Amino acid sequence: MINILEVNETNKMIEQEKLDVRTITLGISLLDCCDADLDALTRNIYEKITGLAKNLVSTGREIEREYGIPIVNTRISVTPIALVGGQACRTPEDFAEVAKTLDKAARDAGVNFLGGYSAIVSKGMTPTDEALIRSIPAALSATERVCSSVNIGSTKTGINMDAVKLMGEIVRETAEATKENNSLGCAKLVVLCNAPDDNPFMAGAFHGVSEADAVINVGVSGPGVVKHALESVRGENFEVLCEAVKKTAFKVTRAGQLVAQEASERLGIPFGIVDLSLAPTPSVGDSVAAILEEMGLESVGAPGTTAALALLNDQVKKGGVMASSFVGGLSGAFIPVSEDQGMIDAVNRGALTLEKLEAMTCVCSVGLDMIAIPGDTPASTISGIIADEAAIGMINQKTTAVRLIPVIGKDVGDTVEFGGLLGRAPVQQVNRFGCADFINRGGRIPAPIHSFKN
Amino acid sequence: MSKTIITVVGKDTVGIIARVCTYLAGNQVNVEDISQTIVQGYFNMMMIVDTSGSAKPYVEMVTELESLGDAIGVKIRCQREDIFTKMHRI
Repeated sequence: MINILEVNETNKMIEQEKLDVRTITLGISLLDCCDADLDALTRNIYEKITGLAKNLVSTGREIEREYGIPIVNTRISVTPIALVGGQACRTPEDFAEVAKTLDKAARDAGVNFLGGYSAIVSKGMTPTDEALIRSIPAALSATERVCSSVNIGSTKTGINMDAVKLMGEIVRETAEATKENNSLGCAKLVVLCNAPDDNPFMAGAFHGVSEADAVINVGVSGPGVVKHALESVRGENFEVLCEAVKKTAFKVTRAGQLVAQEASERLGIPFGIVDLSLAPTPSVGDSVAAILEEMGLESVGAPGTTAALALLNDQVKKGGVMASSFVGGLSGAFIPVSEDQGMIDAVNRGALTLEKLEAMTCVCSVGLDMIAIPGDTPASTISGIIADEAAIGMINQKTTAVRLIPVIGKDVGDTVEFGGLLGRAPVQQVNRFGCADFINRGGRIPAPIHSFKN
Repeated sequence: MSKTIITVVGKDTVGIIARVCTYLAGNQVNVEDISQTIVQGYFNMMMIVDTSGSAKPYVEMVTELESLGDAIGVKIRCQREDIFTKMHRI
């Protein structure tokens, strides 16, 4: 039988260390909504999403109250819209209409974000893929809750450099289109390599074609809990350190697994995966950077940071895998700058550069995330950064992503407020040497030798 | 149906257990186990209860117990047991 100490430990994690379930994400296939007529398509999409998601938010609230664990977000991911809109959408403007429908469906379902305004172009782009990509700036400036992602490479296919070049331009255009709002559109746009089909976290969530008609995926969090656990092993060796992370990750994930199963049962929708991620928020005590500093770094960004992050990521997985029957999504530590007070502080004190962040992405679960850069950064430079990240993902057989925000009118030294969970970011220095001739070559980077496993 | 854990934490005062138990009895909730400690004047109690006989919706009971806690000046939480057993038992 459970005892008072265990009950108090769990409740302390929730009340003082910010343990929460970061998101219940309902994945919905829209493949059966396809129609050659745009009006019929948008009607089908709206009805399917609002029908399946009608009890999503209330069920999340109910579970939150009954178990006493906060569920921060309820969200929706859908089939990449480039696939769904292919028949009806001839132009970028047509696609932007679909984005507006998604926004309305998300608002009426009561979710704060809907992901899947996406195209998978890891090897090549169809005309509809390209039309969707070209519609992203208009779509993100005309909507509030829609998130967009484009997968431009994978270990199996190599990197689509035409798409990389285009995405550099699209990121810039999105920044311009939303410049009245600190280029906020770019916070809802992520460029991925090796994107998973079942990621519940925004902005990169979409419901892949390998998935069932509808599925419940859950993203757990808990950087504060891990930080607190490490406070009790200060000065101990790495074996003790790793054990502490692993045990904590197990407990955190078990809570996520429970919530996922409950949500699945109550909604009558199959359980997909638990994503074992340490996702920070801007609030104090909810920082991944603070965990790394607790391990013994003077500041995140100092030598040793990559090793500290690597062990953190690995132990989170080792602890979490046993706690859940199905693990998927991104699963690891997130290192967004604007959403983590410790990262913001490190940038401000000059300890954390874009280059160090790039190194960290080799060993964490995602990539360069929520980083504000000068508004005059050329598109080709953004493409170069995307190519670098994609190369890390392709060679290391892991997901990498780029969510950069070239804030129009801002430069190094400025700080930009995005608000809410998106936080605030100091504008960071980007290497000023160009790579336009490299990006303009066009074509594809072939798949790496170790992808040929058949 | 799984059990429910009710925890009461706060400054010690006369009649905390009595008032919580009165509420539970009034709602046909059976108390199966109580453990309690007082550390530096702070009251810390855990009850294992069975709510299967109660007609009251679960979330309503959670809210009413919170309000009762506010009235007494303590923090009362009412949670399904699974959140603890899943986390602490393999």
